[in-house]
Amino acid sequence: MKVLVPIKRVIDYNVKARVKPDNSDVDLSNVKMAINPFCEIAVEEAVRLKEAGTATEVIAVSIGDKACQEQLRTALALGADKAIHIESDAKLESLHVAKLLAKIVEQESPELVILGKQSIDSDNNQTGQMLAALTKRAQGTFASKVVVDGNKLQVTREVDGGLQTVSLSLPAVVTTDLRLNEPRYASLPNIMKAKRKPLDVITADSLGVDLAPRIELVKVEEPAKRSGGVMVESVEELVNKLKTEAKVIS
Amino acid sequence: MSVLVIAEHESGVLKPETAKVVAAATKIASHVTVLVAGHNIAEAADHSAQIAGVQKVVAVDDASFAHQLAENTSELVVELASDFSHILFSASTTGKNIAPRVAALLDKSQISEIIDVIDADTFKRPIYAGNAIATVKSLDSQKVITVRASAFDAADTQAACDIEARSQSIASQVSEFVSIEQTESERPELTAAPVVISGGRGMQNGENFALLNGIADKLGAAIGASRAAVDAGFVPNDMQVGQTGKIVAPNLYIAVGISGAIQHLAGMKDSKVIVAINKDPEAPIFQVADYGLVADLFDALPELEQAL
Ligand SMILES: Cc1cc2nc3c(=O)[nH]c(=O)nc-3n(C[C@H](O)[C@H](O)[C@H](O)COP(=O)(O)OP(=O)(O)OC[C@H]3O[C@@H](n4cnc5c(N)ncnc54)[C@H](O)[C@@H]3O)c2cc1C
Repeated sequence: MKVLVPIKRVIDYNVKARVKPDNSDVDLSNVKMAINPFCEIAVEEAVRLKEAGTATEVIAVSIGDKACQEQLRTALALGADKAIHIESDAKLESLHVAKLLAKIVEQESPELVILGKQSIDSDNNQTGQMLAALTKRAQGTFASKVVVDGNKLQVTREVDGGLQTVSLSLPAVVTTDLRLNEPRYASLPNIMKAKRKPLDVITADSLGVDLAPRIELVKVEEPAKRSGGVMVESVEELVNKLKTEAKVIS
Repeated sequence: MSVLVIAEHESGVLKPETAKVVAAATKIASHVTVLVAGHNIAEAADHSAQIAGVQKVVAVDDASFAHQLAENTSELVVELASDFSHILFSASTTGKNIAPRVAALLDKSQISEIIDVIDADTFKRPIYAGNAIATVKSLDSQKVITVRASAFDAADTQAACDIEARSQSIASQVSEFVSIEQTESERPELTAAPVVISGGRGMQNGENFALLNGIADKLGAAIGASRAAVDAGFVPNDMQVGQTGKIVAPNLYIAVGISGAIQHLAGMKDSKVIVAINKDPEAPIFQVADYGLVADLFDALPELEQAL
């Protein structure tokens, strides 16, 4: 079984995003970047499937400028076999990304695509579902457990009411939730080895997808600041303030 | 312009999110239709018809939609879509699962988790775990949108509008429901509760979460948790509040033994009043708290239960 793992380069999750003074966007200059945490979980799951003998090949793919090759190398160091970089400087929306990925799915025919449920920058939570629709595949979103069973996939999903299990026919698309696995750290020898693994570069334009924007970013602002709070000395004082000052309890 | 709202329901019971999504819909256009798709949904359809601003309810009651699978529900929505300029889902796990599939089938760029409607094309939405608010304008002729329910006040009630029953069955060829493991609780739902009390890693284990029960009982509160508490197995996943869990905005949020990571704040910082109880005076949660108490939670919680 061939597994395709789309990944994204994003702001490191420990870094708090700052808005540019001109409100045009978030300021990412000199900010630490990393592989999106959900994508890292997707890579880990694919590599585990390979280690279990279920997957035969793991292909990582990323769309963006040259810098995202760094995250593709990370995926290779974690155990992916080869990488594809779709080069684009455009500001892409989830729909564009899904369409580009659908072209790769057409070329590579993976039985399984595993990707993160959302990226921690745009927080869209769209790409996997869109890719599933465009490739007419079943989708198992927000997965906390994935079991391959012949030509079926059992996916346990984290839903608002608890945990839902669905059975999908392969080929399918799975999006990862946080509790699917705990990604490993790349070892130094594997980081060295990753440098020699194949990384193909193609341009987004060569895939013949219309990348014209459908959404205009009008402005980006800081969220409303919470006005400063107070420290209380005791539970009694706390309850008092909640009753008489905040009036949220009676 | 007219808006189609996809009703949020569970086991035939309409969820409170629906009236909030309708409130967002009425800010976009005055013509609002609600689609209730599922099995044995008569009651949910009746309740949808009573949400102020709804002109029509379309009820599709069929076993094939019993579990609201994305694969077939998206096809149903696409079939109905041509009459509408906007299609709105709640940004629940159900809405998030189905909406992008609808958007892709319609070749539209989705706008996720709107928190405000500026005009029929322009919306506000949080990005970067809520550390920035983007104003975005859709250039698409038809818009597929998910709505962060906590950001809108529920629409009022009205005398029921017409319900159109539509008989339709679309079997999903590629996916099948197997089971659901549901957490049973007598407490109000996290996303609808006026008060939420959440425990974090500082609670140390699942048994200690019982310390929150008495307080929650007295306050009519729902109980939530941080990701660390869920990951450690203290409590089930559906209690997680945050960027990747539930988004809550109650009148009162009490964070106990939670440090205040940005991903947790993303899920609760729009609460009206925030209380933090933490033994570490440097914990970042105090920066967003209206009332902070530096204390050992094992002392403070029993005292709090007593004092209420
Ligand atoms: C992509 C991504 C998404 C995430 N999404 C979420 C999310 O949706 N929700 C979420 O919550 N997190 C999320 N996280 C995790 C987040 O970064 C933090 O790791 C998590 O919120 C920490 O949980 P915590 O505050 O309970 O634990 P900790 O950070 O370990 O804090 C425990 C706190 O308890 C206090 N404490 C300990 N003992 C006591 C005591 N006896 N009395 C009083 N106080 C005590 C400590 O002082 C400390 O402040 C996400 C992370 C990533 C990378």
